[in-house]
Amino acid sequence: MTAMAGTSATPRGRTATAPPPPAGPRPRRIAALPTAALVLGALYCVVPTLWILVAATKSRTKLFSTDTYVPSLDLGLVHNIRDLSDYQHGIFWHWMLNSFFYATVGGVLASLVSAATGYALAKYAFRGRTALFNTILAGVLLPQIVLAVPQYLLLSKAGLTDSLLGVLLPQLFNPYGIYLCKIYAESAVPDSLLEAGRIDGAGEGRLFVSVGLRLMGPGLVTVFLLQFIAIWNNFLLPFVMLTSDDKFPLTVGLYSLLRHGAAEASLYSLVITGTLLSVLPVIALFLSLQRFWRIDLVTGALK
Amino acid sequence: MARPTPTARRTSAFPYLLVLPAVLLFAAFVVAPGGYALLLSFQRRKVNGGLLGGGTHTVFAGLANYRDVLGDSELWSGVVRMLLLGAITVPATVLLALLFAVLLDIEGTRLRRVTRLTIFLPYAVPGVIASLMWGFLYLPATSPIGGDRVDFFGQVAVYFSVGNVAVWGAVGFNMIVIYTALRALPAELYESARLDGASEWQIIRRIKVPMVMPAVVMCTLFTVLAALQVFNEPNTLKPLSNAVSSTWVPLMKIYDDAFGNSDIYSAAATSVVLTAAALLVSFGTARLIQSRVQQEAA
Repeated sequence: MTAMAGTSATPRGRTATAPPPPAGPRPRRIAALPTAALVLGALYCVVPTLWILVAATKSRTKLFSTDTYVPSLDLGLVHNIRDLSDYQHGIFWHWMLNSFFYATVGGVLASLVSAATGYALAKYAFRGRTALFNTILAGVLLPQIVLAVPQYLLLSKAGLTDSLLGVLLPQLFNPYGIYLCKIYAESAVPDSLLEAGRIDGAGEGRLFVSVGLRLMGPGLVTVFLLQFIAIWNNFLLPFVMLTSDDKFPLTVGLYSLLRHGAAEASLYSLVITGTLLSVLPVIALFLSLQRFWRIDLVTGALK
Repeated sequence: MARPTPTARRTSAFPYLLVLPAVLLFAAFVVAPGGYALLLSFQRRKVNGGLLGGGTHTVFAGLANYRDVLGDSELWSGVVRMLLLGAITVPATVLLALLFAVLLDIEGTRLRRVTRLTIFLPYAVPGVIASLMWGFLYLPATSPIGGDRVDFFGQVAVYFSVGNVAVWGAVGFNMIVIYTALRALPAELYESARLDGASEWQIIRRIKVPMVMPAVVMCTLFTVLAALQVFNEPNTLKPLSNAVSSTWVPLMKIYDDAFGNSDIYSAAATSVVLTAAALLVSFGTARLIQSRVQQEAA
């Protein structure tokens, strides 16, 4: 670890042969211990994923017999992916698509709802505004997961269980997203710009879309990704709502596969392969969206 | 909120239109389910007897469900397990998040970008998937970390094994929250301390940590709220080990009542109790924070 830190110790823009400049700021000391501790933390976070990658390369029989941390090089991964794709006519890929569908559609709609509400709270004075804002603040503290069972009980009365809507609709109200949008609208959308638009004769609706939504853009990406991840990670709501396995998201699908695996150990290698395949795309998505996503916005800090 | 907007004079329907979707969703998926659960919790199913044949109908049960639920030792064992688990996950998550955030903020630390991102990534891994990964790491037959010698599902160990999955998933997000708060502090704050000969450690202990306390408290609040609703991790580890029963924590008990025993009335009563307890804890904590902040401001 210290060796890794040491290689990057040479300040950029200075060659190794050049003598250090006599004056100027002294070269920064490398904090070796903090770096080592962070690397340890990063290892802790990445080890399960790496192991699952190794385990997914093994065939059913080798999974339980060979050294657990040595990958198998005989195309086990290819076989496992083929087995998984064959399982119940490729239902795994259905689950993957469902997860993306729920998370994307739910994320977009929840962000729009949050944006509209946050913008109204920040930019208009209307009766009940304070009460609404306080309710939303209280909503942040609400135990959302516990609500899943009552939501099921009610939606089963309405005949909405085991449907896409039953999974999507309860996840569109996101109090934290509304709170963030209010903060973004307050700081990113100047009143003067709205006034100027009104003088030019723009309607309120157009102002919201072409000024409000546009200026809140970076914040909205954050709200979208937060909700995308929340829906992607959600288990209990789809677990109680859905009974037909072609509507399952990945979390519920893999869980059901594991439950069958308790009786049939050969399914374990499918579960492991499925776990790997479900972790990779979202990590890739994350890394590729990093440029657009300012993580610091999750706290509402705008600087 | 304090500054009145120029639009205040205008009374139009537009702001109401904007907030309408959120209000409807809140009514339909928060208020209504809560109210319906409350209603169900005062009812129970009664089997019709007599000559007219079988069948069931619902009757008003008063507080009978609550009496049964609160007298159920299984629920209380679940509450104790939830508290034990929370006693591990809450301090571990918050302290590790604070530690990593502080380390990231030290000037000479290297590899900041990559370590920050790597520690944050588990946030994007669903609790169920995380439990599957760790579950196979614990399982004696597949474990690369000595699961054949150490029993990760032992009587005491199981709390750490379940807790570890929750901590793994939560540290990164909280670290970012605290790190953001640290970055927002003005650098001049440390300059004079440095000139006075304060060590990096003293600056961390005397200046940085006290200044980011509000962020730490917020993280604690959200971690506590998650601990009260713990479900995914023990529920996913259950098929892998006998150490986790189907009523291991309160939310699993609610699920088991509703779907295992088809007793929606008990499930509703337990949901009401758990929701009330969670609200009490989170509002209590929020109140506590508010009064402390006001004290400091005064």
